[in-house]
Amino acid sequence: MKDFSVFDIIGPRMVGPSSSHTAGAVRIGLVARSFIKGHISSVEITLYGSFADTGRGHGTDRAIVAGILGVEPDDPRIKYSMLLAKSEDMAVTVNYSHEPTDHPNTARIKVTGDDNKSFTIVGISIGGGNIRIIEINGMEVSFGGDYPTLIAFYNDVPGVISKVSTVLAAMNINIAFMRVFRQAKRKEACMVIETDAIINGEVLDVLSNCVEEIAEVCAI
Amino acid sequence: MSYAFDNGKELLELCENENITIAEVMIRREMERSEESREKIVNEMYLNLKVMEKSIHIGLEENQQTMTGLAGNNAEKLYAYAEKANMGQDMARVCAAAMAVTEVNASMGEIVATPTAGASGVLPAVLVMNSEKHGFTDRDLVNGLFAAGAIGIIIAKNASISGAEGGCQAEIGSGSAMAAAALAELCGAKPEACLDAAAIALKNIMGLVCDPVAGLVECPCIKRNAMGAANAVLAADMVLAGIKSIIPFDETVAAMYNVGKMMNSDLRETSRGGLAATKTAKEISARIKA
Repeated sequence: MKDFSVFDIIGPRMVGPSSSHTAGAVRIGLVARSFIKGHISSVEITLYGSFADTGRGHGTDRAIVAGILGVEPDDPRIKYSMLLAKSEDMAVTVNYSHEPTDHPNTARIKVTGDDNKSFTIVGISIGGGNIRIIEINGMEVSFGGDYPTLIAFYNDVPGVISKVSTVLAAMNINIAFMRVFRQAKRKEACMVIETDAIINGEVLDVLSNCVEEIAEVCAI
Repeated sequence: MSYAFDNGKELLELCENENITIAEVMIRREMERSEESREKIVNEMYLNLKVMEKSIHIGLEENQQTMTGLAGNNAEKLYAYAEKANMGQDMARVCAAAMAVTEVNASMGEIVATPTAGASGVLPAVLVMNSEKHGFTDRDLVNGLFAAGAIGIIIAKNASISGAEGGCQAEIGSGSAMAAAALAELCGAKPEACLDAAAIALKNIMGLVCDPVAGLVECPCIKRNAMGAANAVLAADMVLAGIKSIIPFDETVAAMYNVGKMMNSDLRETSRGGLAATKTAKEISARIKA
């Protein structure tokens, strides 16, 4: 039996109409946003399953765009996110796909920064505003974004994990959960670390300076 | 001691042992669970109350354009007509407020999910619209929300609060049961009678299917919120008049769980059955997707 908080029942405060199709979609957008440092020049969103079928009526497209702009699930500006994107000079493309997916509420989001560097994530909305990110740049991953999360892309060689955990320990950041994912042995790998403390820019700088195997690191 | 409870029986024991209300058990349980102060928890609920009140006012005063144009502005109509309403002005206003919140929800406005976004109109309408008549203070209303939360937790643990799992009985049914118990407690009913109010409300909605037209939280959800609110007021009045529920609350929740299990998936938020499968619904759905 799940141990519910009273605020699971009376709450959350959110912009409607749907916790999965609107609030969850905003949260997937918020995750996508964190991969780009600086201004995001364009986003391409593809909606699948129930997201594709009912996304227009639930504002799923606007919700994801709002998240990418840093707008939270309880912010009434979600409704006007397309206008907001225009004023922030972010180009938006939305596709509706009938390709089958494992989960009915699936979104694929490609975000591109001013330096033309882009990231593609796949997120699913699993109910009650809860989400999971299941893919980053073609690599299978799994995390929910409920904790401050550190994501590092690195070359899969021995010792990287201990270097990263040493840096985090030195900066007094406690690791709650940690998982590593990789495409193949000794190729690009991805580390997902969920922590108790918020990860600031300083932590990211120290990590990319001290651990040379890390190609890219970002915080959610 | 622990204030944890899994069902109505355990909740009642906690109330009786210390001679406290359902709301008070819920506050103490949340303090124990989250290790936060009473002040912080009560304040968080107060923020929920303020968003609820705002969503009622916006829904009754401003023009609500829902995402599809399918529904909207019906709350205002019922509110304006309330004086002449056959059900009486007070009840008509409660129902109008329930629709107002759900119209705000369907228009991408801010609401509080109670227990879900689809059922978000019932609880705020029943508590806030009855507060003037009874002189409920903000503190009373916040207590009402805690009492409602306790009922919702028991339903979530032993049945479901998700339309995809249990049909509309799990959403509007739960919202209505929560509101019935909360209103009864604010009007002075003993904890046992409050659980009876929740049971009566649930019994009236048992078996209701979740069949949203085009998969959207508009038709029939908005009008069903009005119905759920009226049902909650009725159930609270029944227990305040001294009527008891023949089937106890815990057994009613168990029955609701079993009914949800028996319900075909076409009737659980998939929009393949019920009203969603009608000719008109299919036409609307095709128009929206086009």
